[in-house]
Amino acid sequence: MVEDKMLDKSVELCGVKLDNPIVPASGTFGFGEEAAEWYDINVLGAISIKGTTLHPRFGNPTPRIAECPSGLLNAVGLQNPGVDAVVSTVVPALRKVYKKPIVANVSGFSLDEYRECCRRIDPVADIIEVNISCPNVHCGGLAFGTDAKMAAKVTEEVKRVTTKPVFIKLSPNVTDIVAIARACEDAGADGLTLINTLLGMRIDTRRRRPVLANGTGGLSGAAVFPVAVRMVYQVAHACKVPIMGCGGVSSSADVVEMMMAGATAVQVGSANLRNPYASKEIIEGLDAEMERLGIRSLREIIGIV
Amino acid sequence: MASKGVFTVLSNTPLTDSVWEMRLAGDTSAITRPGQFVNIELEGLYLRRPISISDWEEGALTIIYKVVGEGTARLATLQSGAALDLLVGLGNGFWSVPAERVVLVGGGVGVPPLYGLARQLIAEGKSVSVVLGFNTASEIFLSQKFEALGARVVVATMDGSEGVRGTVIDAIGAEGVEYDYFYSCGPLPMLRALCEQSSGEGQVSLEERMGCGFGICMGCTHETHSGHKRLCKEGPVLLKSDVIW
Repeated sequence: MVEDKMLDKSVELCGVKLDNPIVPASGTFGFGEEAAEWYDINVLGAISIKGTTLHPRFGNPTPRIAECPSGLLNAVGLQNPGVDAVVSTVVPALRKVYKKPIVANVSGFSLDEYRECCRRIDPVADIIEVNISCPNVHCGGLAFGTDAKMAAKVTEEVKRVTTKPVFIKLSPNVTDIVAIARACEDAGADGLTLINTLLGMRIDTRRRRPVLANGTGGLSGAAVFPVAVRMVYQVAHACKVPIMGCGGVSSSADVVEMMMAGATAVQVGSANLRNPYASKEIIEGLDAEMERLGIRSLREIIGIV
Repeated sequence: MASKGVFTVLSNTPLTDSVWEMRLAGDTSAITRPGQFVNIELEGLYLRRPISISDWEEGALTIIYKVVGEGTARLATLQSGAALDLLVGLGNGFWSVPAERVVLVGGGVGVPPLYGLARQLIAEGKSVSVVLGFNTASEIFLSQKFEALGARVVVATMDGSEGVRGTVIDAIGAEGVEYDYFYSCGPLPMLRALCEQSSGEGQVSLEERMGCGFGICMGCTHETHSGHKRLCKEGPVLLKSDVIW
């Protein structure tokens, strides 16, 4: 048995220290307050808060959720109270119960919106995560994430108005994710988060119409884990900046796998919806997994494959 | 405060061709109000299935569900002794108001959460009428249990095979049910008609596909007259005056 205290789970993202690599993914943890009703969320490495836009958004009509084999489709559509409310009310409320790093996830519908939203959220963020990959809103998000030039442009603009490390959250709905990743890195991104959801659709065959009111939605959950591992691996081999790996992570073993593929931190998403304790239980299981595999420090295994 | 725990199936029996009653043993201390729900993990399904609590006591609860899809079909196969992982005490249930004469209006599989509510309101000494709507006589369930509680029960069936022919609204009129406040759960057209017919205030329990059931995914948000409400957290019970139809 390796002594517990000798196992080192800490990681670092652009100077931001995380006690462990686990970060609940944006959109699967609200603004942290509901999760704090279940457990002390200070056990987390960091929290990526609900995607925030310049203006308040109701999001898409319901149904917004559809069950899938080993996962789900969502088309929430970036429901959030807007950046000013997030900065003045929501984050201060979270800060009363949570002292660890906050990853502020930001979305936009134009370069101006991305820039302004990032500028306003910068003071309350430890890391800014720029979502250029939301598949559930029209004329926004994904349009920037599927074109290398546009992705680079968003990165440049955001970097100009922020003081915190900027991670660009990439879409898997592209022909070549490496090209987009490189463009962001070249444009000054401090890190990358990948992957967002895969665009999908379910049909209610009895009613002869899509299950989701939005028609299509983003696929997440265990089903997408192998896709995420592959893309993290590809990008890690092509880029030098740190990666937050995201997509279908459901267990401590998945965390180790994602880190070996090249992730420095690992986001847990849909698993939080099935089990409010998922992120906590994954952290608690890391010691046993490290012992099983003879890992003394998680930092040793980042991108080892 | 909601909780998570393993429950044991005590019994699982059909009440009609498609409606089942399941009794579960486990820690029910998180349940604070009628109209709250549990979210049930089922093997082979990614998302939990939210089901309203029909009634509860210390150490046991009852759910009554209609088999409509994969999740409820799987629930119906479970035998006594089976273990289920439940999130318990979710949502904002029905709450008591000063009104003396109340009517509880249920349609089909919307009837179950009204049972625990009726029990509570009768214990508070209120005059409780219960109006239950079904398609046909063979689909009726729970009406005798409401009578056993001491409620005045009126049944409506669309085909007239039992009680008043027509909707719950028809039955309220035909039987001269008078009330100062209403509580309701059932199909949307029924809820809407009731809200439009009733001059006073009331509470309605709405339904939506949910992701998490405890407020983090924003999958079940409805726009209301008092802002965005997550049906799993601020709902499923909303004030009539808040609902945008």
